[in-house]
Amino acid sequence: MPNLALAFAAFVLTTAALGLVRVARGPTRADRMMAAQLFGSALASVLLVLSWGLDQPTLIDVALVFAALAPVTIVAFVQRAWW
Amino acid sequence: MVTWVAAALIAAGGAFFTAGLVGLLRFPDVYARIHAVTKADTLGLGLVALGVALVQPSPVHSARVLLVWILAALASGAAGHLLCRAAWLEEVEAGKRDTS
Repeated sequence: MPNLALAFAAFVLTTAALGLVRVARGPTRADRMMAAQLFGSALASVLLVLSWGLDQPTLIDVALVFAALAPVTIVAFVQRAWW
Repeated sequence: MVTWVAAALIAAGGAFFTAGLVGLLRFPDVYARIHAVTKADTLGLGLVALGVALVQPSPVHSARVLLVWILAALASGAAGHLLCRAAWLEEVEAGKRDTS
């Protein structure tokens, strides 16, 4: 099971990393922010799967923190950086 | 048996992340791309969380995993709306393929 979990983690992280192409190309700032958000939720799912595969229940709490902090970046961006 | 159901759900979640990536890279304008990524957030992370919640040792652990899902679903819906609204107020044009 650890191998399957690690394979899933590698796959999803590759997906998120390819999303960085959109960060580089833009063209609007919302596009760049969306890629960052995709990265955040991909990381949360990787942490959930690793908590199962590596038998580390604590990682669920880390994923919880990720999920809780993700909207803060978007709200701060919309409030402060766009205009 | 439960393990295989969980693995299938997690694999389906991975497929949704891939779909979100393809949408993010290929869709023509900013609103379509926001739509694609929000879908990947909600369904991709949702399916993964459901799969992981199935194999937890106790209901309390499952509830914690599902809490991640609830938080992420609320967050991605709100974030998608906020970004769309900001783009609209900035008068980014919809339905036209932008330069990149």
